[in-house]
Amino acid sequence: MATYLVRRLLQSILILIGVSLVTFFLLYIVPADPARQIAGRSATPEVVENVRKELGLDLPFYQRYLRYADHLVRGDLGRSYLQKSRVSELIASRLPATLLLMVGAIFCELTIGLTMGLLAAVWRGSRIDQALMVMSFIGVSAPQFVVGIILLYIFGVYLGWLPIGGYGHFANLILPSVTLGILGAGWYSRMMRSSMIDVLREDYVRTARAKGMAPATVIVRHALPNAILPIVAMIGIDIGYFMSGIVVVESVFGWPGIGQLAWQAIQRVDIPIIMGVTLVSALAIVLGNLLADLITPMIDPRIKLR
Amino acid sequence: MKRVALAAAVTLGVGIAVGMTPAMAAMPKQGGQMIVSFKDDMATLDPAIGYDWQNWSIIKSLYSRLMDYKPGTTELVPDLAESYDISPDGLTYTFKLRSGVKFHNGRTMTADDVVYSINRAVDPKTQSPGASFYHSIKGYDDVTAGKADHLAGVSAVDPSTVKFELANPDATFLQDLALNFASVVAKEDVDKWGADYGHHPDGTGAFYMSDWTLGQQIVLERNKDYYWPGQPFLDKIIFKIGQEPLVSLLQLEKGQVDVLGDGIPPAKFNEVMNDPKLKKLVTSGPQLQTVYITMNVQMKPFDDVRVRRAVNMAINKDRIIKIINGRAIPANQPLPSRIPGYDPNYKGYPYDPAKAKELLKEAGYADGFQTELYVNNIDPNPRIGQAIQQDLAAVGIKAAIKSLDQANVIAAGGTPKTAPMVWSGGMAWIADYPDPSDFYGPILGCGGATQGGWNWSWYCNKDIEAEAEKADSIIDPGKQQERYEMWRKIFIQIMGDAPWVPVFDEIRYTMRTARIGGDPSLFNDPIHIPVNYNNVYAVDAQ
Repeated sequence: MATYLVRRLLQSILILIGVSLVTFFLLYIVPADPARQIAGRSATPEVVENVRKELGLDLPFYQRYLRYADHLVRGDLGRSYLQKSRVSELIASRLPATLLLMVGAIFCELTIGLTMGLLAAVWRGSRIDQALMVMSFIGVSAPQFVVGIILLYIFGVYLGWLPIGGYGHFANLILPSVTLGILGAGWYSRMMRSSMIDVLREDYVRTARAKGMAPATVIVRHALPNAILPIVAMIGIDIGYFMSGIVVVESVFGWPGIGQLAWQAIQRVDIPIIMGVTLVSALAIVLGNLLADLITPMIDPRIKLR
Repeated sequence: MKRVALAAAVTLGVGIAVGMTPAMAAMPKQGGQMIVSFKDDMATLDPAIGYDWQNWSIIKSLYSRLMDYKPGTTELVPDLAESYDISPDGLTYTFKLRSGVKFHNGRTMTADDVVYSINRAVDPKTQSPGASFYHSIKGYDDVTAGKADHLAGVSAVDPSTVKFELANPDATFLQDLALNFASVVAKEDVDKWGADYGHHPDGTGAFYMSDWTLGQQIVLERNKDYYWPGQPFLDKIIFKIGQEPLVSLLQLEKGQVDVLGDGIPPAKFNEVMNDPKLKKLVTSGPQLQTVYITMNVQMKPFDDVRVRRAVNMAINKDRIIKIINGRAIPANQPLPSRIPGYDPNYKGYPYDPAKAKELLKEAGYADGFQTELYVNNIDPNPRIGQAIQQDLAAVGIKAAIKSLDQANVIAAGGTPKTAPMVWSGGMAWIADYPDPSDFYGPILGCGGATQGGWNWSWYCNKDIEAEAEKADSIIDPGKQQERYEMWRKIFIQIMGDAPWVPVFDEIRYTMRTARIGGDPSLFNDPIHIPVNYNNVYAVDAQ
């Protein structure tokens, strides 16, 4: 276990170095010139050159990367080109909002997905099953931007039950969480359905039924816990999906998280912010996967970590 | 990036309330609040750095400058300056400052602050995108080259007098002093916050910033010490940040937002305009902006003026305007209609494909030719690119469309012999100040025809360059009309050489709730986008 952890941590560091190198290189070859962007359209070549020197953009690629990595090791993500503030502060000020949204989304995908999967498995082959699986298919394939706008329109404008975007109250959290969670709910309902169907065929379930237990008790007490466990281990992996979803969901709902920060930075070629958010997301994904790997053997003792 | 011009901020004649048209004689009562929605967070509120349409007007309300514009006009008026004097040779400008002006931090502003602020804008360490506007001040070159740490040509004669000495006469110098980059900042605050100053603005403007929650909101409150009595009218302006424009429109319909900062979402435009209730909330008018097609005169076959004229006659501008729901008026010259020097009598090139074909034949391209058209890849530009492609095909020109992101199109346009044709939509030129020279030098003059420049037609006519220089040597404010007349001729002459197809002047549509009042011109102020914050008022406070 200890050697496994050490190895995984080393792997994680390598992954992060790789991500930083690739992102840095991609941003390096983007033809947009940040110095020009900052200097403005009326700048003379000397002014642009001055800006380039100030930012260290005149150095060759490897020197720029080493300089960045050197700062990174010391926990310094640099300063935003346009806002001039520390990237670490910008990210830190927005991280709580993103984490809150993720918690909300995990809650939504589990409650919606598991319930749907359970019902579909219990009534498998029926109309209910078919309807639920069509819904899960729509959940998996619908673009989040469209889902968000439709939900806003129904619950915010038409019914007026929930606020139209914004941040700060519990009511603000509901629609973005559902929008972000719907994709996962689609997957979970399918996994839950097949996992549940497998479990219902197990001997112990048959035994429980043969004992004359009520069908509902069999499902809730015997089948459900065993069907859920392999699925819960997947939550860690979800973080990766969320990282791509938050960019869209946060801009639709005006949610002040790091996805919105990244989106605005991309539009303004604010390289330090793009780098910072990418690294933080990569870190989250790496940790999420590690978490999933650690949870799995606890749930299923047949799996051993080596 | 986008920049603006024409500041129509607060102006008072001696004892007479302006800030509104003469028809509105009584001054509105102070009070109430306004909520403005924006999709993106503010990049910065540092006046030396901010250079996009979003922060431009907010900075105008937080800070003030020596010069400003009368609301709704292009007339320059002194603002922080009480009066000014220009020496006969046009090289020395002396400003007498208004007394008792206070920063939001409570300190009284002096001439030293003005000197400090200009120096800060020019200092290479500040990285101000506006530094080059002050190139005519003595000592500018030494400062940008790092040979001096301050401008030799700016000095405080006494606490209420500032003197500018120029290296050469500059007809637009007063306009430069009305730009945000010349805003007066308090040195102690710049020193205190350092690189984070852009999040802690402190000026002498009509509003002060009371809150900035990153990604959520910025709140401005009325500066009770503001030097124009009775202004501004609103007690509070809240900028709600991070909302999709589509969502903001829903909020406006529910009364949760007063002004759509990003405008009406294009997808909803027709729906809004067809709804009589919503249409009433929309104000419209032209911008200080021009959208055009450039033809690279250094590349074959656009080195032949007949080909360029033929292209001018081949483009159906009315059809292009239909693509953007009619949100524009056709253009026939580089200057937009609100810039002095615009010629309302000039007819331009007619839409005449048959004549265009004849011209092409005369130039030796009876069978047409192949070329490339660079367009910005954000809707509606690719669709407009296709319309241009079809128009060109009708006269035998086969143009391949290169649809790239904004930065790439700008880079291609500014690289010699790379982009034969560029559609400027999505990167259009918006005036920094309402002066014709701003539409020449960078985009049609020899100076802009360099690597990384904005003169994408690479047009450089030495005769016109001399004429332009002559026009801009007129610095006497009394001779402005003469100067505008010279510029008018210059632009008509340029159209003879036809380096561009001027296509349209975009019309801006501003939408706000009935809660916000003021003269219609304030909702379509060419500089203050989306509205003139200092002069609109809350109807429920009246």
